[in-house]
Amino acid sequence: MAGRNVGAGNGQGAPVLEIDRLTLQFGGLKVLNDVSLAVPQGAVTTIIGPNGAGKTSLFNCISGFYRPKAGRVTFEGRDITAAPPPARAKMGLARTFQNISLFRGMTVLDNIKLGRHVHMTSGLLDGLLYWGRAEREEGAIRAEIEEKVIDFLEINHIRNRPVAALPYGLRKRVEMARALAMQPRVLMLDEPVAGMNREETEDMARFILDVKEEWGVTILMVEHDMGLVMDISDHVVVLNFGQVIAAGRPAEVQAHPEVIKAYLGAGDIGQLRARIAGEPAA
Amino acid sequence: MTGFDWLFFAEITLAGLGSGALLALTALAFVLIYKATRVVNLAIGEMLMVGAYLFFSFTAGWQVHWAVAIGLALAGGGVLGAVLERTIMRPMLGESPISTFMITIGLGSVLAGLVEIVWGADPARLPEFMGNAPVFIGEAYVSRKIAIGFAAAALVIIAFVVAFRFWRGGVALRATASDQGAAYSCGIDVPRVFSYAWIVAGMAAAGAGVLVGAVGGISPTMGIFGLSALVVVIFGGLDSVAGALVGGLVVGLIEAWAGTYLGGEYKMVATFGLLLSVLLVRPYGLFGTHEIERL
Repeated sequence: MAGRNVGAGNGQGAPVLEIDRLTLQFGGLKVLNDVSLAVPQGAVTTIIGPNGAGKTSLFNCISGFYRPKAGRVTFEGRDITAAPPPARAKMGLARTFQNISLFRGMTVLDNIKLGRHVHMTSGLLDGLLYWGRAEREEGAIRAEIEEKVIDFLEINHIRNRPVAALPYGLRKRVEMARALAMQPRVLMLDEPVAGMNREETEDMARFILDVKEEWGVTILMVEHDMGLVMDISDHVVVLNFGQVIAAGRPAEVQAHPEVIKAYLGAGDIGQLRARIAGEPAA
Repeated sequence: MTGFDWLFFAEITLAGLGSGALLALTALAFVLIYKATRVVNLAIGEMLMVGAYLFFSFTAGWQVHWAVAIGLALAGGGVLGAVLERTIMRPMLGESPISTFMITIGLGSVLAGLVEIVWGADPARLPEFMGNAPVFIGEAYVSRKIAIGFAAAALVIIAFVVAFRFWRGGVALRATASDQGAAYSCGIDVPRVFSYAWIVAGMAAAGAGVLVGAVGGISPTMGIFGLSALVVVIFGGLDSVAGALVGGLVVGLIEAWAGTYLGGEYKMVATFGLLLSVLLVRPYGLFGTHEIERL
């Protein structure tokens, strides 16, 4: 089994999130096939792979949007395979989306506040009955969010602007702010720098590293920008056609023949690379 | 024309506002469901009718005090909404909007049929519970029922607007309406929001049913009132609370004016003519969300 255990962490820390032999099927199409990987605590783990490899589907299984056909997702030792997304959010899994999903009609601050929704102790009906409590809670939350997330992501100047009017790069940042406001233990970023220019990409890379180091949040991301992936990842997992074909440190993965084949194709270039590396042609 | 009768005009206008408030309340129930679940619920008129008939059964049949009966009718409407959502609409999640739309049309027919089986096809009058003494605003006369209906509808609508704005459930609803995926990932229990939306809409419709029934009597065809409410929401915007309010009042006024000054047969012509012209200028309704796709 190619996918078996190759995705295990390599010594950074105990895995906080484990995916065990996950299979996802849409009709006759196996989108994920026996995928196993472990996300080590306090590290940046990146899933890479060609388009259609199943990266976002894997994300959707982890955050509960898709129900896998077989396999398990374990978060901090608890089996969450069948838990609905809000329950996972409460446990400390937050995510962003590939095509930014913000609440369009609302301001930046309202969007970020909704990230805190998950941790409010008063329930839906209590909110109606105990105005005072809900309000005090609200006040404390607001202060906390203003202090931490907004300052941290440097979006103070746009806090009262409607998100629909913001440029793309800032909207990505607001989405990340909303996810951070959920105070996650694992932050899942689906292509955090897709469509960004160089400067925006560098900013985002800095934020991701700071989240990891200053906040101690484990990062799991999907990204295509190889420069960024190799720079900030501690651990890289490569998916191709729904299977894990390689995993390890960035440098190891980069040199892995299967990875080169997946990205460059098995044709002439692949053979050329293989010959240069001194191996027999594939 | 020798001197326009302003007093008469004022009375017509007040009557129009009265029925407009009921339209607005029904439209609000519709908007609530559409906002939360993106289901165009054509059965809202029939849900309203069930509420009216429940009230009729409790007061005329079981001789329950009218205030208690209203509570029971509202509860019944809520239960109806919950059951419809859980058993019929929830399994339709993810299906094409046309399919869910057709289902609600069928649902309307089934509810109308059930009402006819249970209560018979004859029209009936709700027991008097509002009194008959006329109400005067200045010199203008208003029917007591219409005045009370207006006041009750207005109160409920204000409560709704406040809840939308400030209650966390309202915030969850707005978030769900804006982006279901994002709401789900932020820890908002989206299926529960759906469920609450149907329950509250069922209660609002039942309440509107009691008021409409008190003014005009009840019959298994009173679900047609839902059609006027549909005009209101298309006019105001399917997902706009403000649109439901303004639309309700405008349609109520226009029906009253056209019915009085042009003759009853022009009521519909005037309403739909207005609808047509609004749609020509703003296809998404006066206050509806204009979806802009950025490619």
